[in-house]
Order: sequence, then C-alpha cells, then structure tokens
Amino acid sequence: MHTELTDSDIISSVLQGNQNDYAELVQRNQNFVFTIVLRYVKDREDAEEVSQDVFIKAYRSLADFKGNSKFSTWLYTICTTTCITFLRKKKLEIHSLDNEKVFAVADNVDGGLSANQIEQKSKVNMVNEAIRLLSPDDAQIITLFYKGEQTLDEIAQILGKEPNAVKVQLHRARTRLKEKMQKHFAAEIKDIH
Amino acid sequence: MDNLIETEARLWDYIDGTANSEEASVIKRLIAENAEWRAKYHELLEMHSLIATTELDEPSMRFTKNVMEEIARLHIAPAAKNYINNKVIWGIGIFFVTLIIGFLGYGFSQIDWSAANPNNNLIDKVTSVDYGIMFNDNFVNGFMMLNVLLGLMLLDRYLSNKRKQFQQEA
Repeated sequence: MHTELTDSDIISSVLQGNQNDYAELVQRNQNFVFTIVLRYVKDREDAEEVSQDVFIKAYRSLADFKGNSKFSTWLYTICTTTCITFLRKKKLEIHSLDNEKVFAVADNVDGGLSANQIEQKSKVNMVNEAIRLLSPDDAQIITLFYKGEQTLDEIAQILGKEPNAVKVQLHRARTRLKEKMQKHFAAEIKDIH
Repeated sequence: MDNLIETEARLWDYIDGTANSEEASVIKRLIAENAEWRAKYHELLEMHSLIATTELDEPSMRFTKNVMEEIARLHIAPAAKNYINNKVIWGIGIFFVTLIIGFLGYGFSQIDWSAANPNNNLIDKVTSVDYGIMFNDNFVNGFMMLNVLLGLMLLDRYLSNKRKQFQQEA
C-alpha cells in the first residue's frame, strides 16, 4: 500500500543527505509560494526568480526548521521576508490602497476589457483579477487564509502580528475586495445574483 | 455605518468559525430571526465561497528543475542552535548588566549627599549634587562611553524595528 510521505518525513530524508527528495517539497508548495510572490512582485519573471530564491533559502536553512509549526507556515514566513527584501532592493513601489496608482491600474484593467470579454470571464477569473487590484498585504492575507490552509494564528506567525490584528486585517481585506468587485466587475456580480 | 461594520465583523467570525460557541449561537439566532442579518449573512457567505474558488498561479514547467539545479551546488547550513550557545549570550548579557549596576553603585557611593541643603526639596537636592566627582577618572569615563555606545546601539535597533513595522503596515 502506497502512503504519501509527510513533509516531516521528507525533511528528515533531505537532512540525512537525500537532496533529491527536496524536489517533492518544492512541487507541493511551488504554486502557493509563486502566487504569494506574485501578490508582491507583479512581473512573472521576477516572481519566478524570487520564488526560486525562497526555496533555496528554505533548503539552506532546513536544519533550523524545528517542526514547531507546519513546514508551509515556516516556508511562507521565508517567502514574505524574501519578497520584502526583494522590493527593498529593487526599490519597487508597493501599491497601497491610498495610492492613486492602484486606481489607475484598476481603471486600466476595467477600461481595457470589452463588454464581451468581461462576459466571457469566469467568476474565478473575476475574483482573481479583483485580488490583483488589492494591495499586496490584503492580497497576501486573503491568499494565505483561503488557499494556504493557514489558520489566523499561523498567519499571525508568518506576518509577525497578533492574531486579533490579523483577523481585523482579513475582515478589511475582504471588504475592500468586495468594493473592488462591485466597482470593476459589477456586470458579473449582477449575473451571479 | 459602525453598526454595519460591526455586524459584518461578527458575521465573518461566524463564517470563519472563529466565534466562540456562545457568540455563534447568538448570531445563528439573529440570522434566523432578523431579515437584515439573514441578507447580510447570505451576501458574505457568497463572497466567502467566491474567494474560495480562486486558483493559484503556476510557475514555469522548469521551476522545480531550476531549484534543484541551484541547490545541487549548495549544502544545508548547520542549525543555528548548534553554533549559538545560549549560555554565552546570557553571559554577555549578565556581564553588561553587572557593569551598569557596578557603575551606578560606584557613582552613587561617590556622591556627597550632605552637600545639599537638608531644608531644600528633592529637586533642589539633586540639582545641587556635585556630579563632577563621578567623572574625574578616565576609567569611569571609559565605562560611560561604553554605556552611551550600548544605548545608541539599542536605540538604533529600536528605530529600525519601528521602521520595519511601519514599512510592513504601509
């Protein structure tokens, strides 16, 4: 009978010198790490480079993983700090909700789509597009909660914040997401209702 | 407006399953009895389901291969706990605390408290103390410099943490 190895089993194996087993950990987490990085780094090429860096750093520090948390929680912490370091290095602008450019980006997305194209968009794409219009922090917290299988306590650990602060941030992020959807995808929302 | 925000926050807690059992049963009752709460609940639940349907982005097909090629040249760094000895860190901390306490003790023992007029209040007593007595020795001045340096390092650490926090919140 074939049983899937747990993350801890794979980590033990890698630490014992079976470097190739690390590929399994990469495959399990690459989509999520890449998505989180894309929340910060808009360019796909840069995002891929940063994502690779996350896995390389995680590999180098694997002996420091104590197993007190899930491997994914530990990995996402590395992911967040790597993204912030990358942005700082590149001096890229982090879009904030108060930043006019966000609205310019949002307007472009909206304006660049014809009525037909909008109609063809699936609900999933609509939500994904709306998430992209959020600030990196809001987009990240929504992604961590809904797709990263992380609890509020684990997200707090990743972001270095209090769980209550994370809860409030998540509420606000969802409110802002709803506003974005209502503003830019009103037609689809009408269809859904 | 505040009421609406509070209602939404309570409903999100209920939907996320983070409300305690008492609060959950109150909200359950409100949803059942109050049309406004019911409508809001269905609206948020729909939103919740929509977000849950989002898909993750995928990196290129070669992603795993690229990572494995990179790490083939690397070694896992030894665990930090193996080369950082907590006893050494505690020792350094105790050394500096002892240094500061010793300096303060020495300083206070050198003060001629009788120099102040006993009839004056505490502020007058403190201001009339001859602090020059404490700083008449190169050795003591050296300690002072060391403490000032440590203070500046701590201040720098505090300010950079604040800046980091501010940048994260921005």
